[in-house]
Amino acid sequence: MGERYALAEGLRAYGLIAGMWVRSSMTYRASFVITVFGNLVVTALDFVAILLMFAQVDSLGGWSLPEVAFLYGLSATAFGIADLVLGSMDVLGGRIRDGSFDTLLVRPAPVLAQVGADHFALRRLGRITQGVAVLGYALVTVDVDWSAPKVLLVPVMVVSGAAIFSALFVAGAAFQIFAQDAAEVQNAFTYGGTTLLQYPPTVFGKDLVRGVTFMLPLAFVNWVPAAHVLGRPYPVDLPEWTAFVSPLVAVACCALAGLAWRTGLRSYRSTGS
Amino acid sequence: MQDDAFIELDGVEKVFDVRKKTGFLKRERRQVRAVDSISFTVARGEMVGYIGPNGAGKSTTIKMLTGILTPSGGRLRVAGIDPSRERKRLAHRIGVVFGQRTTLWWDLPLIDSYKLMHRMYRIPDGRYRENLDRLVELLDLGTLLDVPVRQLSLGQRMRGDIAAALLHDPEVLYLDEPTIGLDVISKAKVREFLRDVNAERGTTVLLTTHDLQDIEQLCSRVMVIDHGRMMYDGPLAGLHEVGEGERTLVVDLERELPPIDAAPARVVKVEGPRQWLAFPAGESAAVLVARIAAEYPLVDLSVREPDIEAVIAKMYVDQAGQAERADQAGRAVS
Amino acid sequence: MGSGRLYLAVAVGGFRRYATYRAATAAGVFTNTVFGVILVYTYLALWDEKPHLGGYDQAQAVTYVWLGQCLYATLAIQGGGAEKDLMERIRTGEIAVDLYRPADLQLWWLAGDMGRALFQMLGRGVVPFVFGALFFPMALPTAPTAWAACLVALLLAMVVSFAIRYLAALSVFWLMDGMGVNQALMITGIFFSGMVLPLNAFPGVFGDIVLVLPWAAQIQMPADVLMGETDPLGAFAFQAAWAVVLLAAGRLLQSAATRRVVVQGG
Repeated sequence: MGERYALAEGLRAYGLIAGMWVRSSMTYRASFVITVFGNLVVTALDFVAILLMFAQVDSLGGWSLPEVAFLYGLSATAFGIADLVLGSMDVLGGRIRDGSFDTLLVRPAPVLAQVGADHFALRRLGRITQGVAVLGYALVTVDVDWSAPKVLLVPVMVVSGAAIFSALFVAGAAFQIFAQDAAEVQNAFTYGGTTLLQYPPTVFGKDLVRGVTFMLPLAFVNWVPAAHVLGRPYPVDLPEWTAFVSPLVAVACCALAGLAWRTGLRSYRSTGS
Repeated sequence: MQDDAFIELDGVEKVFDVRKKTGFLKRERRQVRAVDSISFTVARGEMVGYIGPNGAGKSTTIKMLTGILTPSGGRLRVAGIDPSRERKRLAHRIGVVFGQRTTLWWDLPLIDSYKLMHRMYRIPDGRYRENLDRLVELLDLGTLLDVPVRQLSLGQRMRGDIAAALLHDPEVLYLDEPTIGLDVISKAKVREFLRDVNAERGTTVLLTTHDLQDIEQLCSRVMVIDHGRMMYDGPLAGLHEVGEGERTLVVDLERELPPIDAAPARVVKVEGPRQWLAFPAGESAAVLVARIAAEYPLVDLSVREPDIEAVIAKMYVDQAGQAERADQAGRAVS
Repeated sequence: MGSGRLYLAVAVGGFRRYATYRAATAAGVFTNTVFGVILVYTYLALWDEKPHLGGYDQAQAVTYVWLGQCLYATLAIQGGGAEKDLMERIRTGEIAVDLYRPADLQLWWLAGDMGRALFQMLGRGVVPFVFGALFFPMALPTAPTAWAACLVALLLAMVVSFAIRYLAALSVFWLMDGMGVNQALMITGIFFSGMVLPLNAFPGVFGDIVLVLPWAAQIQMPADVLMGETDPLGAFAFQAAWAVVLLAAGRLLQSAATRRVVVQGG
C-alpha cells in the first residue's frame, strides 16, 4: 500500500490544487489569453533564433537544420511537459520567506504535490505546443531510415526527458529551502539545460559534454538517443546500447530528486527556515 | 485531568542554529533555544490563551503542535498522535488559522475554497453540508459565499478563514492572532463565535494573541511564555497576583488642581482636571475613593482593572533584572 | 541645483534597493554565466561555419555574448526594471501621489532606474563578463579611450532602455493591466536587442531594419563601440537621437495620462 497510496494521494491533491489555479486564472480572461499568446510567441522566438542562424549557414556543428530541429523539438517538448507540471515551483522561496509555506504543512496532502501544483498555469501549454510543432517538422523533414526501435525511441525520449527535467525542478525546489532568494539558480539548470540540448553536442566543449552526460545526465534527454536515431556518433564515445537507457536515467534522477526534497523538507521542519 | 489530556507536552524543546553575520563573509554560529523545556497539558474542550512577546516561542510551539516543525527534544502528543511523525493524519483532526495570512483562494468566490476543503479533507457530503450551513449561519457568511475573496474586508476574510478551518470538524483549533487588524465589531463577532464553538461542539481552542481582550473575554486559562520558558500557567485572575498588578483610579475634578495626595496611591498622569492614580491591586478602592471624595471636589471617577499587558510587562521586568537579556538573537526566532 | 541633488538621491535609492538582494544577485550572476557559456559555444560553431558573419570574427562574437549577458539585467532586456513598479502604481492608483510630488515624474523614474541599472551592471554584469574574458578568447581593446567610449554608450543605452519601458508602462493608464505590455516588452526586448543573435548577423533586409530600431541602441551599439566596429560619435548620435525621441514621446504620453488622472479626480 504505502508508496503507491502516497502517490495516488499526491496526484489527487495535485489535481485539486491545479484545478483551483486554472479557475483563478480564468477570472482574468483577457490576461489569460494574452499570456497564452505571449508565451507562444516567446517560445517561438527561441526557434526563430535557430532559423536565423540557418539563414546564414547550412549546418551547425555538422548537423543540418532538420537534425537540429529534431533535437530542439525533443528538448522543448520534454521540457515543456515538466515546465507545465512543475514549472511554478520557483515561488517556493517566496512562500518560505512570507511564511505561507507553513499553511501547506497543515493540510492532509503531500507537500510536494501541493508545491508542485502551486501557481499551475495553463499558459505553459504554449511551450509544449511549440515543441511538438518543431518536432513534427523535424520528423517530416529529417533523413532517417526509420526502424521499430528508432520510432519507439521518440516517445521514450519525450517521457524520459520530461521526467529528467521534472527531477531538476524538484531538486531546485529543495535547493530553495536552503537559499530562498536564489530561485534563479535553478533557471540555469532548467532553462539553461533545455537551451543547451537544442544544439548539437558537437558544438560544445568536450568537458561540458562530459559534464552533462555523467554528472548532470541531461544528455540522455535527447543527445544520446537522438544520435542513435540520426545515425550520428554518440557524444563522448558511449557504447551503442546507452541510447536506450534514458528511462533508467530518468528513474534514477527522480529518486535522487525525491531524496533531495525529503532532505530539504526535513531540514525545514527542524530549522524552521 | 491527566486522563483527558488532549494536548500533552513534556519537556519539549526547540533549538535553532542561528548564523549571524559578524563581518564581511564572517559568520558566527550559535544555538538559540526558541522553546526551552516546556511542559503542559490541555484537556479536551479547554480554551487556552497562549501569550508572550514577539519571539518568545509562541509560534514555534504552535508549529510543533501542528506538525510543521519537529521538536529537538521532549515528548509531544496531540490526540495521541506525534505531530511531526504523522503530520497528515494529524491534519484531519486539527484546524489552524493563521491570522495574518489567509488560506482562502484570493481570486475565487469564497465557496470555492470550501469546496476544495471538502474534497481535500474527504469530508462526507452530508457532514460537509451540515457544517457549512451551520458555519455560514453562525459566522454570517451567507451573502459572502459568491464573492471573490479579494473583495472581502479583513474581518469578513477572517470569518471565512475560521469557517474553512472548521469544516472538517477538527477536535482542536489553533488560532494565531485571530483578531489582528480587525475592527471592534468584527472582533466581537469572532470572539462570540469562538465561545459558541467551544461551548457547543466542545472544540479545544488554543489561541495566541497580542490583544489581551481576546484572552479576557475567551479564556479561563492563560499560559505566558518568554524566552522559550513557561512563565505562568493558570487562571487569568491569578496572573494579576503573580504580576502584583496595580489598579488605576481615574478621577475627574471640578477644576485643575495640583496632584492628589493619597498614599499609597500615586498620581501617574494629570490632564487638566482629570488625574490618574495607581494603587496596589490588593488595596480596597472604596477606602481610597472615600478619602479623596472627602478632600477634593469630585465630579466623576472610575476604577480600571489592571491591564494584563502591564502585568506581563512587569513580570518580564522582574525576570529580566536577574537574567540580563543577553540573548537578543533568541527573540528573532519566533 | 537642489533638484539635481534630489534625482541623485532617487538614483542612490534605486541602487541601494537592488543591492539588498544579495543572494538573488549571486544567483543571477551564476545563471548569466551559464547562459553565456552555452551561447558562446553556439556562436563559435556558427562563426566556424561562416567566418566574419556580420563583420565579426570569432573573438568579437564571443565578446558580444558576454557583453550581452552583462547587460541583460542592466538594461532589463526582459523587463523587470522601474517600469514594473510604475505599472503597479498606475494600476493601484498610487500614481496620483507621485503626480503631486514637487518633482518631474519622468526624471524621477529615470533616476531610480539608472540607479538600478548601475547596480545590476556592477553587481550582476561584471562577473560574467570577467569570467568570459578569463576563459574565452575575447576582442577587448587596450586603449582606455575605447573603454571610456563604451561607458558613454552604456549610459546612453540605459536611457534608451528606460525610455522604451517608460512608454510601455504609461500605456497601463489606458489598458489598466500590464500583462500584455509586459509580454510585448519581453518579446521585443529579447529579439530586437540582439539577445539571441547579434543584429548585424540578421539576414538580408530584416537585418537592415533591426539595426535602425531603438533596441539597436541597447547591446549592439555599446558592443560595436567597445570593439571599434563603428565610429563612437555616430553611435552616440544614434543612441541620443532615439533617447530624445522616446523621452519626448514619453512626456507627451505622460501629459495626456496626467490629464486623464486629473479629469477622473485622481
